[in-house]
Amino acid sequence: MFDFGTKFGGERQKSSMIEVEGLVKRFGHITAVDHISFKVEKGEVVGFLGPNGAGKSTTMRVLTCFLPADEGRCKIAGFDVLSESMEVRRRIGYLPENSPLYEEMSVEGFLDFIADIRGIPESEKKDKIDKMIETCGIQPVMKMDISELSKGYRQRVGLAQAMVHDPEILIMDEPTSGLDPNQIIEIRELIKKLGKEKTVILSTHILSEAEATCSRMVIIDKGKLIADGSLEEVSRLASGANVHRVKARGDRSVIEREFKNLPGATGFKLLGEESGLLSYEVYGEERRELCEEIFAAAARSHFTLGELYHERRTLEDIFIHLTRGDER
Amino acid sequence: MSRVWAVCKREFWGYFNSLIAYIFSIIFLGAVNILYVWFVLIRSGQVNLSAYFEFLLYGMWFIIPAITMRAWAEEKKLGTAELLLTLPVNDWEAVLGKYLAALLFFALVIVLSLVVPVSAALLGRPDWPAVFCGYLGVLLVGAAFIAVGMMMSSLTRSQTVAFVGSVIVCLLLLGVNDLFNRFALPLGLGFFISYLDVGEHFNSIARGVIDSRDIIYYLSVVSFFLVLNKYWLERRKWA
Repeated sequence: MFDFGTKFGGERQKSSMIEVEGLVKRFGHITAVDHISFKVEKGEVVGFLGPNGAGKSTTMRVLTCFLPADEGRCKIAGFDVLSESMEVRRRIGYLPENSPLYEEMSVEGFLDFIADIRGIPESEKKDKIDKMIETCGIQPVMKMDISELSKGYRQRVGLAQAMVHDPEILIMDEPTSGLDPNQIIEIRELIKKLGKEKTVILSTHILSEAEATCSRMVIIDKGKLIADGSLEEVSRLASGANVHRVKARGDRSVIEREFKNLPGATGFKLLGEESGLLSYEVYGEERRELCEEIFAAAARSHFTLGELYHERRTLEDIFIHLTRGDER
Repeated sequence: MSRVWAVCKREFWGYFNSLIAYIFSIIFLGAVNILYVWFVLIRSGQVNLSAYFEFLLYGMWFIIPAITMRAWAEEKKLGTAELLLTLPVNDWEAVLGKYLAALLFFALVIVLSLVVPVSAALLGRPDWPAVFCGYLGVLLVGAAFIAVGMMMSSLTRSQTVAFVGSVIVCLLLLGVNDLFNRFALPLGLGFFISYLDVGEHFNSIARGVIDSRDIIYYLSVVSFFLVLNKYWLERRKWA
């Protein structure tokens, strides 16, 4: 099959799905969002991370045309959120924090209302709603009132609401907050599935969530952007060093000579010794993993390894490191 | 327009899911009818329908704030305002949709009060044009009060505050003339105040004089409060 259309179309429409430039939002004296800029490309799943109160929700509210920005410019699919608000609204699906829903309506009635407001023609309405019911797994609660739903089902109804018009862009504010571990896994699976077709931006203060679902992260703290990149890029930014933990048994001078001459290594440090097992940190050049080299060195010089691993900083470490940066 | 209608439809059916709306409607119709029967029918022995409309008028400061208090206050409290106002609906469409829904619900309550003129028709021959004018007046006052109530509801996230605030404004609009009649006011100001009084305009319509000035008065009150409503909504102060 020829695929020129999408190929060329894809090249041409290289403009970002979400473009935030110098966004500032103040509430009285408090600057909730302070000159934030980032971009989200088509098909990306971006995690918007930050401690509570960092300005995540505020940024999302500006992106979804709920709050006007004080300064800066936001574009969604090429449309300005202020001057072309209706165009933007049609293209996004938004799940606000805590998934607010009309309590007194039935799930069915609620989705019907959303479809009406979204201007989905009567002939397509049933199909679209049925598709959402299936995608979000809310068949068992369709006839129930929203006030009777469990937190997990509420969240799913919120997602169904956000996607019924098949938007290009999904904006979700803490989609898994308040859910139990099983529900969290289910919602994450759902987001991953959606991420294959749509551009998704989701906020969270839970790192494992971003790790599990997102291809890129934007980290903000106290209204300022402090990191933007893939998990690896962000972790490199945070750690600076590339650390291998090695426990070795053998002649200390031999071991240290090997480490010194190891190609790609920038240094090492003896941490301690426990019943003849020497504990080292070996630092490598950026992005270079040295486990194989260390193993080869051990084999060559006849010392034994009790432990050898390349330390990948967890997102937790990175996050704490980045968001507490200015307190140190 | 279809979006205004979608908002209106949701709001309108929402009233039927709210126990409060039922309770207040029953209290309103019950109180108005019982008081009317007690003070007018039994005392005078005459079916005086113009008095009935007076009773309806003086019940409205109570029923309408009860209908409108939840309009925005609840949306803000539950956070659904964020949902509604990020849908492809502009603030005007949302305001108008809600306004129309409240107006329709109020009209429905008023339709139930037709019991009295209809029973009057069974007993004698009521003056139908006068009944029509009376209801027109009630609806116009209702339209004005609903705009007041919706605006009050857009100021707060507490339904109680919205209710009390609207009651105060509605009572002021009903009684402003009586209140200031006690003072010797310069002619211009006195005229202005009597112009503000909802009751004055109601009386002339209920008497059967449908004057464009009265209609303009009601339309101005409605527009004034709806514009304020939209203004408060736009500021998103609660968010």
